[in-house]
This record gives sequence, structure tokens and C-alpha cells, in this order.
Amino acid sequence: MSSRRGLWSDARRRLRRDRAARTALVLLAVMALAALIAPVFSPWSYDTLDWQHLARPPGTAAAHWLGTDRLGRDLLVRTLYGVRLSLVLAILASAVSLLIGVLWGAVAGLAGGRVDGAMMRFVDVLYSLPYLFVVIILTTLFTRGSLIVLALALAAVGWLTTARIVRTQTLALKRREFLEAARALGVPPHAILLRHIVPNVLGPVAVYATLIVPQMILFESFLSFLGLGVQEPQASLGNLIFAGAQEMESAPWMLLVPAVALVLLLLSLNLLGDGLRDAFDPRER
Amino acid sequence: MLKLALRRVAALIPTLLIIVTVSFAIIRLAPGGPFDEEQGASPAVRANLERVYGLDQPLPVQYLRYLRGLARGDFGPSLRQRDFTVSELIGRGLPLSATLGLCAIALALITGIPSGIAAALWRSPRADVAIAAIGALGVALPSFVIGPLLALVFGVHLRWLPVAGWEAGAPRYLVLPVLTLALPLAAALSRLTRASLLEVLRAPFVRSARARGLGEARVLWHHALRPALLPVASYLGPAIAFVVTGSLVVEAVFGLPGTGRYLVQGAIDRDYPLVMGMVIVYGALTLLFNLLADLACGWLDPGTWHE
Repeated sequence: MSSRRGLWSDARRRLRRDRAARTALVLLAVMALAALIAPVFSPWSYDTLDWQHLARPPGTAAAHWLGTDRLGRDLLVRTLYGVRLSLVLAILASAVSLLIGVLWGAVAGLAGGRVDGAMMRFVDVLYSLPYLFVVIILTTLFTRGSLIVLALALAAVGWLTTARIVRTQTLALKRREFLEAARALGVPPHAILLRHIVPNVLGPVAVYATLIVPQMILFESFLSFLGLGVQEPQASLGNLIFAGAQEMESAPWMLLVPAVALVLLLLSLNLLGDGLRDAFDPRER
Repeated sequence: MLKLALRRVAALIPTLLIIVTVSFAIIRLAPGGPFDEEQGASPAVRANLERVYGLDQPLPVQYLRYLRGLARGDFGPSLRQRDFTVSELIGRGLPLSATLGLCAIALALITGIPSGIAAALWRSPRADVAIAAIGALGVALPSFVIGPLLALVFGVHLRWLPVAGWEAGAPRYLVLPVLTLALPLAAALSRLTRASLLEVLRAPFVRSARARGLGEARVLWHHALRPALLPVASYLGPAIAFVVTGSLVVEAVFGLPGTGRYLVQGAIDRDYPLVMGMVIVYGALTLLFNLLADLACGWLDPGTWHE
């Protein structure tokens, strides 16, 4: 039986050797850092209208490194803001959905019997709903553009799979001796939950977490593209791409800049997630 | 197996009922009503409008009325597009959306599965890297990025295909939308088929088939393919969901007059019957196709039915 420390150091070693994941991590760090810090260095804010330079291609106008949009707003700054917003929303939504999912799955797995059945049946029914519809309905019906509501709506979708994973893990853990010992010692159920089960299911959950963040970014961009997520003048990668798609015939850079940013963000997150998954659970390809 | 299948079909109705109830609750409990944006509507006029459409009655009564209408196949009138019933609106857009979805799935299956098989058979380290790259890109390029990019290349620069829009009976307007919807799916299917086939080809029963002297082709087609396609079949469920939601964006990007815009616009307008109608139709389609995918799984490997 491998000790917990063995698993993590093994995983770290495997991750270090995975070149794709390392590149992804570097790229991700660069993007996150740029998104957080770079706007400080630019003379433009994300909603400053530069009347002298409307819809200029990259590199042609003063200090507008990636050009401007139809209203004269600097594209680089807006894209970085979009990256920041997407990342923050995605991480927030992922954190909430993981929290709910882990608790739900652990409680269901620990309780067992009819409680477990009822809880998982609820998950199954929600699973069969076309989830995006629920998200669309939720975001349009409550204050449109409110970022908190958006994050909650996104989280409402993500917790289902986490709950399933955690429940399976909990069921497997339930049969282990240390849980029997804890119960025999009289440890109360909530302490068993928090002290024993949750730490031990965090492994697969951590891996899933890295894959859920890009999914959240995708949902949010999706919604913003449809006009339901982040509203103007705030910049999200989704609504930047939407605006860019409309100008595509005359000003292709307005589409390409945020599109490339989104693709790089998603790619690096997914590669990192894949690397983490392989590090924790290596399989022959 | 038939009994299980019938039981699954029968289970569709309660699930659909839950979908209807949950959607109804969510939509009605939200703030705002369908007549909030009426120009120059005094409170008296608005109250009258609500009375005509039965919106002034208590919610449980409205719910029962709606269910009774459903039983007759009546989805109610559209609150925003006053000259049409919801059934008419959905009926107008559904053929186009259905064509889009089905063509995309067909294209993805036709290109994804054989390319996955080919990739599994052609073992070379460079091919592996290429396939991993395509797979990674497939996840990172969402449909609303691919769509405009394809339109940019094929519509604006090369001028081979129209950028957007729709003309009845002109299939060239569907080429880019179908391609946009099918590409991510095909990439995913290809990856899945390749991984699955590789794993099956390593299984003991394949080794014994080869040891018995069976030719490679026969081993492949007759023995290895069926179990290899099992994960692909079970992926078809989520794939349908992907096509359904993806079609919303594709229709938005390419300006196709399908049913996708009804959901978004209906939710924004608080057009309750339209949104409910869309949820029900799409929910039912998703459930139906999930069931078909499960049946396909059962046909490929009857063992899965004995759970």
C-alpha cells in the first residue's frame, strides 16, 4: 500500500519529465502574469476611447501594440483584461463547484443506502438536462452581466461530475481499515468526513480540477459570445471574439488577437491538466 | 434486453416531466416579466395583457394549465412574436437545425472513426505527436472560434463559400456551419477510436486469434473492431449534447434561421412559452439520442446490459 507521500513525490517527478506539461505551465504563468501586471504599463485602460486611432491594425498606431477596435480601444489591454476576467471567473466557478461536488459526493458515499441513492439520482437527473440551457436561463433571468451570478451559474453545471467522482472514491475508501478504526474509536461522522475522506479524495479531484478550469473558461466565453455573459464595456475573451467576428472582413486582427489568446489559454490549461493526470495515474499510451 | 430497452423508454416520461417542472420553476421565479418592455403600457394595460395570457393566476394553476396544454401537443402562444404559436415557430426552425446537427454528426462519424482506426494501425512516433497535437487543438478551438476563422479563410479570402446567411435549397450555406460543428467532434472521436483500438489490439483474445493463424485483416474487422467501438458508442451521448449546444453558437455565428436563437432571445424577452417549448423539445431530443446511444452500446457489447 503506497503511502500518501509516495504518491505525491512520484507524481511530481513524472510531471517534471513531461515536456508538454512544463511548456504549458510556463506559458500559463506568462499569460497570467501578463494579464495581471501588463495593463499597468500601458497608457490605455480597457475602456479608453482613442478618437485618433479607430480600428487601426497592430503596430500602426502610437503605443497600440496590437491595434485598436472599432471604438478606438486598445486591443492588447482589452485582451489581457479578457484573459484576467476569464481566469478569475473560471477559478472562482471551479472552486465553488468543486466545493459543492466534493461535499455532496462524500456525504452520499459515506451515508450509503437510500440517502446515497436519492442524492445520486438527483445528480443523474440534472446530468440529463442540456446543461447549457440551464446556464443560459440562469444567466438571463437574474441580473445580466453580474459576474457573481455568472460564476454561480457556471459552478451550478460543474459540480455534477465532481460529485460522481468523489462518491466513487468515497465508496472505495469506506472499506479501508483506517475508516473502520476511526469509527470504532468513536470519531463522529462529520469528523470522519472532513479529516479522513476529503483529504484522500483530493488526488483525483485535483486532476479533474485542472481540467474543469478550461471548461469553465469555455462556458463563459460561450455565454459572452451569445451576449449573455460579460457585458460591454467589460472585456471578456468571448465578447471580444464576437465583436471581432463582426468586423472580420475589414479588420481581421480584431478577431485573431482574442482568438489566439483564448486558444493559447485553453491549450496550456488542457496540456497542464493532461500532464497532471498522467503524473498521478500513468498509463501506457 | 428488449425489456430493459422498453423500461428505459418508459423512464423518459418522468425525466421529461422533471425537466418541465424545473424549467418552469426557474423561469417563473426569476424577476422580470414578458411585458416589461412594452412601449407606453400603463399598469392597466399590462394587467390586461397578463390576464389574457393567464399570467395573473397563481403559479400552480398556470403550471397545471401548461401541462394540460402539453398533453394536447399545444405549447402555447409566443408572448413576444404575437402572431405565432410556439409550435409554429419551432416547426419553422427545427428542420434547419436538425439538418445541421445530423449532417455534423454524420460527417464527424465518417471522418473521425476511420481516421482513428488508421492512426491506430499506422504506428510511428511522429504520427503519435501529430495526433496528440490535433487532439489538444480540438479541445482548445471552440466552435465560436473555428466558425469565424473558417468564414474568414473560405469566405472572405478565398471566396469559395458564403460567409453567412441562408437561402432555402442552397446547401453551400450549410458547408461552413456543418464543418464548424463537426470538426471538434471528429477530432474527439478520432482520438477515442485510436486509443480504444490500440488497447483492444493488445488484449489476449486478439493475440490468440493471431496465434490461430487468422489474417491481420480478419482479426481487425471481425474481432477487434466491435469491442473497440464501445467507448465511441458511449461517447455518442455527450456528443449529441455537444452538437445541440454547439448548434446554438454556430447558428449565431452564421446567421442561420434555426431554433437556436429562440432559446436565447426567448430567455431575454421572458417569452415563457417559447423558452419552455425549446427546453422540452431539446431535452426530449437529448434524452432520445442518449437512449439510442445506449442501445448502440448494448448492441455492440450485450454485456453492458447486465448491470
